[in-house]
Amino acid sequence: MSDINTISPHLKKRRRAEWLFRAYGLAAIIFCFLAVAVLFTSIISKGYTAFRQTHITLPVNFDASIIDPDGTKNVDTLMAADYQQLVKKALLDKLQIKPEDKPTRKRAMDLLSHSADTELRDLIIANPAIIGKTQDVSLTASDNVDAVLKGTIDRTVPEADRQISDQQLAWIDQFSKDGKITKDFNTKLFTAGASSQPETAGLWVAILGSFYMMLTVILIAVPLGIAAAIYLEEFAPKNRITDFIEVNVNNLAAVPSIVFGLLGLAIFINGFGLPRSASLVGGLVLSLMTLPTIIIATRAALGSIPPSIKEAALGVGASKMQMIFHHALPLAVPGILTGTIIGLVRALGETAPLLMIGMVAFIVDPPKSILEPATALPIQIYMWATSAERGFSERTGAATIVLLLFSFVMNAGAIYLRRKFERRW
Amino acid sequence: MDQKLANSMPRILAHDVNIYYGEKHAIKNLSVEIPDRAVSAFIGPSGCGKSTFLRSINRMNDTIASCRMTGEVLLDGKSIYAPDVDVVQLRSHVGMVFQKPNPFPKSIFENVAYGPRIHGLAKNKTDLEEMVVNSLKKASLFEEVKDRLNASGTGLSGGQQQRLCIARAIAVNPEVILMDEPCSALDPIATARIEELIDELKQNYCIIIVTHSMQQAARVSQRTAFFHLGTLVEYGETNDIFTSPKDKRTQDYITGRFG
Ligand SMILES: Nc1ncnc2c1ncn2[C@@H]1O[C@H](COP(=O)(O)OP(=O)(O)OP(=O)(O)O)[C@@H](O)[C@H]1O
Ligand SMILES: [Mg+2]
Repeated sequence: MSDINTISPHLKKRRRAEWLFRAYGLAAIIFCFLAVAVLFTSIISKGYTAFRQTHITLPVNFDASIIDPDGTKNVDTLMAADYQQLVKKALLDKLQIKPEDKPTRKRAMDLLSHSADTELRDLIIANPAIIGKTQDVSLTASDNVDAVLKGTIDRTVPEADRQISDQQLAWIDQFSKDGKITKDFNTKLFTAGASSQPETAGLWVAILGSFYMMLTVILIAVPLGIAAAIYLEEFAPKNRITDFIEVNVNNLAAVPSIVFGLLGLAIFINGFGLPRSASLVGGLVLSLMTLPTIIIATRAALGSIPPSIKEAALGVGASKMQMIFHHALPLAVPGILTGTIIGLVRALGETAPLLMIGMVAFIVDPPKSILEPATALPIQIYMWATSAERGFSERTGAATIVLLLFSFVMNAGAIYLRRKFERRW
Repeated sequence: MDQKLANSMPRILAHDVNIYYGEKHAIKNLSVEIPDRAVSAFIGPSGCGKSTFLRSINRMNDTIASCRMTGEVLLDGKSIYAPDVDVVQLRSHVGMVFQKPNPFPKSIFENVAYGPRIHGLAKNKTDLEEMVVNSLKKASLFEEVKDRLNASGTGLSGGQQQRLCIARAIAVNPEVILMDEPCSALDPIATARIEELIDELKQNYCIIIVTHSMQQAARVSQRTAFFHLGTLVEYGETNDIFTSPKDKRTQDYITGRFG
């Protein structure tokens, strides 16, 4: 007779094995969690500073004789005026530098971004009424000034090794004492396109490009993928040909993404003559890449619908189409959504195939249609990461945060939709 | 029980039916006549082809890719496998209740309303509501669910679910109802209710029920068919089959000597 209170060696071994297994599982989860935590702190700590940008406020005299000598307020004249001169005058007056002192003048001008003149121009175009008046204008500071304010340039380093001179530091200190130097939200990061200067570079072209590409994928890959999956799962006869197709769909999902880029280059650009760098081409390539993922997910979701439900529908005299669209597909929606969003998020972060179709381009103006050249968020990250300027490295982090945010939003959307459809028991 | 069946016209007539699953020969040279307004029971050991034959009567086997069939099945004298027969139409005439209750994951109302809706049987909303209520009443489920018609059909108990499936089947006004072990997942009380229901339904329908319970076959059916290894061994009045079987295998089976 064995007593249930005595612990046999066998039982001890079993308990130990169970305990070990649980410990392994827990360790794996902790490891994943730590990896994510490290990744996020490094990205966020590198990138968050880029969301603020230093500006210097100067009183600018919008001299009518420079901007609009004829007084016509003609847009072409206003666009072509020499705003650089206004900037120069405002800065030199403020710092009391003589215009003849060329080296000092140059150093002073280095405090401001090269885009300061276009900022003035935009002000005038938006509101020509200020011509002839003097106004305080907040102008974007240069990358170096921004770095000093953010503490990335070390003031204690000897002047010769520093990117900013003692005199420039003195000016900066003077500006901050007067409250004329401010760190504001970096709107340019979201509204500007490519630029060789970090302080004027932004993500707008990349965001638009990524948006257009996602739209293309949703409009092309999602309906095609779902239709293909329904056909393969429910209608196609089970024979050699469908087996062959099935194997190839699975293989297609495993093809490295750069191959899809080569394909897109050969077919869409060289074959159909679609424009290089266009978001349409990028979207088509990403659609090809996402298609197998969606097909596989949809088939799996349809395949997991209990056959009894399908039989019930057929049993009351539903046609096959009615059975699929009234019963199988609604029940499969959560699974299809999950697969589709995984595919979309992967497409959103995809870089390699886009390199092949020329989306690594320096594009300043936002694309007006899916046929105009654009970049994508991951491409922008790649391009900024390979730039030398200090300002670009923090912008790389910021762009990564934006990209991750987009993926999170998409994932959250998927979870929301899944919940919503699951509630319909 | 002692209804006279001998000279009523057969509703379903199967002639020399053979059914194969790939290489497997599941039904062998089966011929049978099934009368209207009566319950016929199919009995036999597991795997002998009861479900297979039952499913050939509303062409549910068409959904199985490997399944082939030869021979003829006539419903009211018309071949249901003729090229001009629409399967969907056929299934609205020959309803089916499955072994496992399989309500749609929708509301009770929607479960019953689905058939009439896709066949366009209801003229308007009140008409449809009336049909649903009538079907639920016929399936003797209405009293239990009348104040939660919008609750999920899958939230009912097993017995209620099976009655819901019966209501769903009769909502499209079929002439024949096929039931494949409808009580195998139910307790004796739920079983008794379903049996009562079958007894009532037989006034208007031709019912075929597959069952593993001899008692059930004896209780509800007027005719019994005994299947063995894909052949129809014996078919006749239930009383005769149970009291004086002609075949040795039938006798062994109903006395519990094998199966
Ligand atoms: N889908 C299928 N594919 C291949 N063989 C099948 C299929 N369905 C049934 N069979 C085979 O056909 C034979 C008859 O099966 P069927 O389901 O008709 O038996 P049954 O009499 O209903 O048995 P049970 O009483 O256990 O339900 C069995 O040998 C079974 O293995
Ligand atoms: Mg069976």
